[in-house]
Amino acid sequence: MAAPATISAPPNRGAQSFLKRLRGGDEVAHLIVLVFAAAVFIVTILLVWELWRTSQLSRHQFGLSFLWTSIWDPNSDIYGALPFIYGTIVTSTVALLIAVPLGVGAAIFLSEMAPPASSNVFTFLVELLAAVPSVIFGLLAIFTLVPLMRNVIGPALSKSFGFLPIFKGPSYGVGVLTAGLILAIMTFPYIISISREALLSVPREQREAALALGATKWEATWDAVVPWARLGILGSIFLSLARALGETMAVTMVIGNDPKIHASLLASGYTIAAVIANEFTEATGDLYLSSLIELGLVLFLITIVINGLARLLIVATTGPGTKK
Amino acid sequence: MRKIWIASLAALGLATFAGSAAAANLNAAGATFPAPIYQKWFEEFKNSHPSIQVNYQAIGSGGGIRQLTVGTVDFGASDMPMTHEQLSQFSKFKVLHFPTVLGGVVPTYNIRGVTQGLKFTPDALAGIYLGEITKWNDGRIAKENPGVRLPNADITVVHRSDGSGTTFVWTDYLSKISSQWKNKVGANTSVNWPVGLGSKGNDGVAGLVKQTPNSIGYVELIYAVQQKMGYGSMRNSAGAFVKADLETVTAAAAGAASNIPADFRVSITDAPGKNAYPIATFTWMLIPSKIQDASKRNDIKTFLKWMLTTGQKDCAALSYAPLPREVVAKELKQIDEIQ
Amino acid sequence: MTAHLRWRKFLNGTMLGLTGACTIITVSMLFLILGYLIWNGGKSLNLAFFTKLPLSPGETGGGMANAILGSFQIIAIATIIGVPVGFLAGVYLSEFGGSAFPFLVRYAADLLNGVPSIVIGIVAWALVVVPMHHFSALAGGIALSLMLIPITVRTTEQFLHEVPQSLREGALALGASKWRMVATVVIPAATAGVLTGVILGVARIAGETAPLLFTALNNQFWSAGLDEPTASLPVMIYTHAISPYEDWHRQAWAAGLVLIALVLIANVAARLILSRGASTQRG
Repeated sequence: MAAPATISAPPNRGAQSFLKRLRGGDEVAHLIVLVFAAAVFIVTILLVWELWRTSQLSRHQFGLSFLWTSIWDPNSDIYGALPFIYGTIVTSTVALLIAVPLGVGAAIFLSEMAPPASSNVFTFLVELLAAVPSVIFGLLAIFTLVPLMRNVIGPALSKSFGFLPIFKGPSYGVGVLTAGLILAIMTFPYIISISREALLSVPREQREAALALGATKWEATWDAVVPWARLGILGSIFLSLARALGETMAVTMVIGNDPKIHASLLASGYTIAAVIANEFTEATGDLYLSSLIELGLVLFLITIVINGLARLLIVATTGPGTKK
Repeated sequence: MRKIWIASLAALGLATFAGSAAAANLNAAGATFPAPIYQKWFEEFKNSHPSIQVNYQAIGSGGGIRQLTVGTVDFGASDMPMTHEQLSQFSKFKVLHFPTVLGGVVPTYNIRGVTQGLKFTPDALAGIYLGEITKWNDGRIAKENPGVRLPNADITVVHRSDGSGTTFVWTDYLSKISSQWKNKVGANTSVNWPVGLGSKGNDGVAGLVKQTPNSIGYVELIYAVQQKMGYGSMRNSAGAFVKADLETVTAAAAGAASNIPADFRVSITDAPGKNAYPIATFTWMLIPSKIQDASKRNDIKTFLKWMLTTGQKDCAALSYAPLPREVVAKELKQIDEIQ
Repeated sequence: MTAHLRWRKFLNGTMLGLTGACTIITVSMLFLILGYLIWNGGKSLNLAFFTKLPLSPGETGGGMANAILGSFQIIAIATIIGVPVGFLAGVYLSEFGGSAFPFLVRYAADLLNGVPSIVIGIVAWALVVVPMHHFSALAGGIALSLMLIPITVRTTEQFLHEVPQSLREGALALGASKWRMVATVVIPAATAGVLTGVILGVARIAGETAPLLFTALNNQFWSAGLDEPTASLPVMIYTHAISPYEDWHRQAWAAGLVLIALVLIANVAARLILSRGASTQRG
């Protein structure tokens, strides 16, 4: 039997004429898909270029000090990104502080402790949570989480921990903590599903070796499996962070829209995504608009970095031949 | 099976794209202050003129001015008359201001246990919004409201988060009665608020105040009335405490009506007069003086004439005051300036 | 049994319980959300919702017929633009690429995927709304297509890769040219997976609000054309939820229920297709 043709080494076509190759269709097909692939590349470059171009006015006006100016005053045309960077980081941090323990815990349960059938069902349900649109989370948050925060959680925190600066002051229902909570719920699915994948890709021998040495299920999991998957779990955290940073609708509906930096989590705040959503169509004045776009550019750059880190970590663990 | 899929997809596609392009569409955007009556007007106008459909998006006065400047809407609406700077952005045409109704901005509140109307002095209001008066039972509020049990609770201040003409009217008034406010914050559609939570639109502020105990916000009168929320009376320049209603708002415009400037840009906050409500304002539609498209031009002119005559009858039911007669007469003349 | 052993067993049981509790908490979120939406939305959902236009605030009744149609139009535009581009780019990456340019394309797609949706809205505004001098369904559709492209690229490439090499070699051995091999053998074999990815992608963009805020804007009437502002379900939910009108809240719940029903049905359907497609491939 003749050796099967391989794909990597194309047959010698140098002898055929150009027209014959064209009629053969391969060159045309190659060209077509190349064009579309190039389109993707060009669109992305166009995106970055547009962001850069339309934010030029404020970049020239404020320079790098834009990043640490905390005044946002459309009346005097002075704009600074600090309150929004602060709000974005704080809400995402609160979200992660809540979502990571719960999410990793659930991932561990689903990959190690639960019987496979129910594990698949639960994972499926969790992944459906990822499909729920942001605006619906916002809708629910306004009518359930905000009153809960105002009437129950806020006063409870004030009473027990009100001496801490992060829980000082009255609770309006809307605020940074509320936004962090709803972000945490939106982040669960990503942490759970990716961490679970990372845990499942740990070789069986690890678990069996630990169990053979007399470890309990938990000890085998915690001491032998989880460390192996830690880079993947870390990657899932970074990925969720990147998503939380860019979340717009749910946050803008519950954060209180206040461009100031408050120490207390119970106070209102603002994130980059929320202020753009609120003020974009009404930014009277080119500097105002340009500053909002520059905020978008800042957010874009932050998410690129974090997404990049996440990808490195996830690839490092789930790729072949990973090191310990 | 596949054929059924393709057929139903095709049908869906047809239905999706067929339904468009019915009536002539005018796009407008702007203030939320008059949004209730504008919505009613455009619906009624469509019923009597089925071929003209005006899509009004209440995105705030700042939005109306902005979108008119970049040309994405056919006309705008604002409670703040445009500044010289904003007007100079238009090279192809002038922007004509057409007052539409008169309204009042009221301090609306949600205080546990308080069902009566509160009386506010200008200083008390400025103090609350500057963040100096932080508790409801502060002396400066309690002094004018002797019979009321004000709680010893923190005041939650609510303001607009979007670019708002209502904000302009409010801060314009505060700037007039408090030099501290004027120096620290100033008057504009969007300001650097010393304290408070932000919400989008008049309806957003009303909603937030309604949901948040011991809060205060500023909204156009109709929003407080529709939501059955309490709102206070203000002490006017003559020293009397007046509550916003048709009479007091009309009284505020009385002085300005007879000598209103030719371009209709005027502020009537802190107006003189015993019965004048101090935080009243005209609200304007911003119409380009040159409209290329002939049918759009005619549609807008038709609407303006309708608004100034038939439309004015809808005002009272929605708690807006109709325009003074002299103003209407002058506006009808201005319609001819639209070329 | 030593005390230490007892402690270890105790710890084992406790951690089992704790991690189980974590799972129950997170999974129950989905049920809470669905429950709330079904309870509140179900009360408000009636025929008028699907057939009538929204009324002025303060008046009861009315519906969101224009938003439903608007959403369909915007999603259709996004799909028509986004799926072919993403699909063919994915074919390139999987079947035709070399090493340098595919790397750039993949990186670009990843970058595009990570762009926050509000920033996509800004770019679509700058590229479509400003030159057209119009808010439009078209701008909204283009914005959403920018989000659909990277999803489609990645899914296409992934599932084309999973097609066994033997299928390709068999086709070539029978004398097929490369493009014929790809078009008639490889792509059909990956149909289930690619279709799944596309459905999931479309479901994802169907719920996006932020990119539409300043591209399609909103409209209280039927949209006058694809180049005019158009209402959409997610934007309607947003504006109605933050309003103080009880009736608008009702409508927001109903719209939320409709939206999440569509999204979840699409998700479940996609996974069914995938599992069925996978099983036929193995068989």
